[in-house]
Amino acid sequence: MINVEFLLLLAFPLAGALLLGAFGARRWAPELNVAVSLATFLAACALTVRVVGEGNLLVAREQFFIDPFNVFLVALTAFVGLTTSLFSRPYMRVELEHGRVSAPRLRLYHSMFQLFMTTMLIALTTNNMGLLWVAMEAATLSTVLLVTLYRTAASLEAGWKYFILCGVGIAQALFGTILLYFAAEKILGAQGVSALLWTHLNGVKGQLEPAVLSLAWVFLLVGYGTKVGLAPLHNWLPDAHAEGPTPISAVLSGLLLNVAIYAIVRCKVLVEGSLHSHLPSRMLMGFGLLSVVLAAFFLWRQRDVKRLFAYSSIEHMGIITFAFGMGGPIANFAALLHMTVHSLTKSAIFFAVGHAAQKAGSQLIENIRGLITLSPTIGWGLMLGSLAILGMPPFGVFASEFLILTTAMREQPWATPILLTALGVAFAAIFGRVQPMVFGETTARRLPHPPSLVPVFAHLLIVLALGLYIPPYLADWYRAAARLIGGG
Amino acid sequence: MAGMPFDLQLLNFCAALLLLISFAMLAQRRIVNLVNLLAVQGGVLLAATILLAWRTGQHHLYVSAALTLALKVVLLPWILHRLIRRLEVYWDTEPLLNVSGTMLVGVLVVVFAFGLAQPISALASTATRNSIGIAVAVILLSFVTMITRRKAMSQVVGFLSMENGLFFGAMSATYGMPMIVEFGVALDVLVAVLVLGIFFFQIREQFDSLDLHHLESLKESDPLELARAHEEE
Amino acid sequence: MKPIEIITQVLELIAALAAAPLFLGWINQCRAWLQNRRAPSLWLPYRGIRKLFHKDAVIAERASPLFRMAPYIVFSAMVLAAAIIPSMGTELPFTKAADAIALVGLLAMARVFLSLAAMDIGTAFGTLGARREMMVGFLAEPALLMVIFVASLISATTALPAIAENLATQHLGLYPSLAFTAVAFTMVLLAENARIPIDNPATHLELTMIHEAMMLEYSARHLALMEWAAALKLFNYACIGFALFIPWGISTGEGGPGTLLASIPLLAVKLTVAGAGLAFIETVSAKLRVFRAPEFLAAAFLFAVLGMLVHLLLGA
Repeated sequence: MINVEFLLLLAFPLAGALLLGAFGARRWAPELNVAVSLATFLAACALTVRVVGEGNLLVAREQFFIDPFNVFLVALTAFVGLTTSLFSRPYMRVELEHGRVSAPRLRLYHSMFQLFMTTMLIALTTNNMGLLWVAMEAATLSTVLLVTLYRTAASLEAGWKYFILCGVGIAQALFGTILLYFAAEKILGAQGVSALLWTHLNGVKGQLEPAVLSLAWVFLLVGYGTKVGLAPLHNWLPDAHAEGPTPISAVLSGLLLNVAIYAIVRCKVLVEGSLHSHLPSRMLMGFGLLSVVLAAFFLWRQRDVKRLFAYSSIEHMGIITFAFGMGGPIANFAALLHMTVHSLTKSAIFFAVGHAAQKAGSQLIENIRGLITLSPTIGWGLMLGSLAILGMPPFGVFASEFLILTTAMREQPWATPILLTALGVAFAAIFGRVQPMVFGETTARRLPHPPSLVPVFAHLLIVLALGLYIPPYLADWYRAAARLIGGG
Repeated sequence: MAGMPFDLQLLNFCAALLLLISFAMLAQRRIVNLVNLLAVQGGVLLAATILLAWRTGQHHLYVSAALTLALKVVLLPWILHRLIRRLEVYWDTEPLLNVSGTMLVGVLVVVFAFGLAQPISALASTATRNSIGIAVAVILLSFVTMITRRKAMSQVVGFLSMENGLFFGAMSATYGMPMIVEFGVALDVLVAVLVLGIFFFQIREQFDSLDLHHLESLKESDPLELARAHEEE
Repeated sequence: MKPIEIITQVLELIAALAAAPLFLGWINQCRAWLQNRRAPSLWLPYRGIRKLFHKDAVIAERASPLFRMAPYIVFSAMVLAAAIIPSMGTELPFTKAADAIALVGLLAMARVFLSLAAMDIGTAFGTLGARREMMVGFLAEPALLMVIFVASLISATTALPAIAENLATQHLGLYPSLAFTAVAFTMVLLAENARIPIDNPATHLELTMIHEAMMLEYSARHLALMEWAAALKLFNYACIGFALFIPWGISTGEGGPGTLLASIPLLAVKLTVAGAGLAFIETVSAKLRVFRAPEFLAAAFLFAVLGMLVHLLLGA
């Protein structure tokens, strides 16, 4: 069964990667990048419309499966990819002028960017658990060289940690997948691929051997959890997100973490169906809370603005994991909403921060001051973005955090004080650092190319809108996905 | 034990050899020998795959064997040897724990791995189910190898050895994964090594050495170091 | 006690006493061949022992009675060990008194007396040799015990003849656990008998001596007994190895005197091949520095443990 939208969805970024691999150093390469991302986004929209209209899709002999859960993630990924490529246009030009990258490296950057988008889209839409693993590893590999793009000592260290820690982590996930296959083979038979297809596994999850699946779950959680940045496996995240070019930080924080959580949730559905115990939920809640607390306290020690927001990503991923651990319709809904708004807000913040750092010539917080006087748009973008990510109403993050907290108060009351404290600590830390960055005396300089701030405000507008009013089709979408995830 | 069919005896022998090679890697300090051991490990895997394919009649295992030969026995060791020659890393430094201590830790790890794999072996229906414990042991031993090393190249060899262990585990438990997954994994491993090659040159360009000690400056507790690192940009 | 048992026992003892120096001579011959030298005569060890018996013993002033008794104790321990090990047949009356673990204890006793006597005089060399010997022995003994443990796991007994019989009647096949244990045993053999790579039997340099250092003070009949005991120790170790790993040919009492007679040439063949193999290993290895000896023995222990783990897991 060939589905045109789906084919285009994967074909555009892949073709873009190849084209940019050849022409990525030309002057019009950033525009080509934007064009490819736009095409991908349009294909994603078309696919979404198709799925919303016709229900779940199985493509290419059941190798790919698109349901409400991953279709909105696909749309989100394509959208953020588009806005990132818009942001990256002037940003990378400025970096080129400042001499931090050379033209050949820009070629690598552009082609790897599109390749990364392809692998993420494959990971989101694949039905084959083995292919999911392959795509996750490929996504890691395509970004390793991007993290080290600037070739400084710090970025090389960050890239090495990223590669090794994520590589070892993902190897555990491969073992978990092997165990999953082992359990599935008994029920579904060993012929060909059907034993690894999520749809088939979902059908027989009640019959899968609990002992094997609990062991598989541990490995899968540790493996994919490393990619999410769950404490204590988060060591690579602040470095990798801080040292690469800002567009890469934006997509790593905004998109790759989502894909990893998606993988965990897909596995959780299977394992819960087999185990009928609270082991998966408890583990998710435990890791989630640990991440939130750890991140909140580490936020205080940060001097680099991108590291600061990288830890904020860990914190929010912890909240999302905790919510998925709680399970149930409301918590799942809130977690999905949080995934969306976090993605949009965090990338907006990184866009603003990227230009701010370029203006100030440094990523250290103490060197960035008084953005509002020099460039009101960047200043306000950063301020509003920080407020949004900290959960101020009426932004969307407030809505999802509110839902999660109320569900926690109802179902897991012991966790609520921990969450509230951590959120409070994080608020103080981030706000305390952002405020002098935005207000105060400025040390910034003019940029050779005008910054592109449309993406920042576009994202923030969407997040604001979601905070105020969630359109019914989106709400239905989330609810359908929440039902799929189940649990609670 | 008596009366076990000969091909099964050979398979058990291959499994035992794999364990031995993992221990040899743990003790080895010359990087060239590490890569050669990796190649031998690939060879033993190849032999085991062919034996299993012949015994069970599953033809996709022959394809898998061909893939193993091309990638793990020929291509990857060749790439690594070229890297070693061009980067001129030949020796690893003395690890924190001396060799004898590391070996004893290895033995404990193996016992733990056998215990971990017990429930899986009990449930498996393949002829090689007893080797699952050895596969898990190889994975954990590679992990220990990675932890106790300081040179980046040795860590990479440990990582690849872990992949070999995973492959052997998949073979023992389920007669291999579906072909598409195996191809995907092989592709990933190949790309990983290529990326690493590029990466090593970048590291050496910056630090003039592949000792990972240099890559430990990004710590939380040293903001001055961090500031200095950033001000260089 | 059947007459065949008595005959087997006596035959084994005589063979051990007679053939041990020859074994040593054969190893030296092979080494010389491999190193492209002219070898001394095969019978040189005999001539040496005979010569020493004719000399007058010179003993240090400070020597205690222990010093005088030690050669006899060590020698008799080795002879007793030779009586227990089934080199030609498994029907040995002496074996009922001691199993494999007691055998290890016997060898340990010999080592202890040797070391004590070496320290008795108070010279530097003696103490040096004693310390190094004890270090090597301390690490080699667990490895040896682990080897025996694996063998007894497979055969469900610790009596050496029973183990030999059990392994002789198994189906021919690839047993990785036994392969690992065999490697471990070879390494222990090299260490305990002061061969390269642990110790050079021909050296008298302070830096490298272990076994030789302990025998420096002896002369005449004492030295003769010590040298004979050393040769016996090597012979015993070789026969333990054969009993554990290559037990075919050892008469098990079912075939009658014919099998006993047939086992003698088979033993000779095994010893010849083993001697050549030992000489080969000695030629291709370099002597390890003394502080690396623990690593070597740790590797031996490791091999033995691996053999056990593989046996437990794979049943092979």
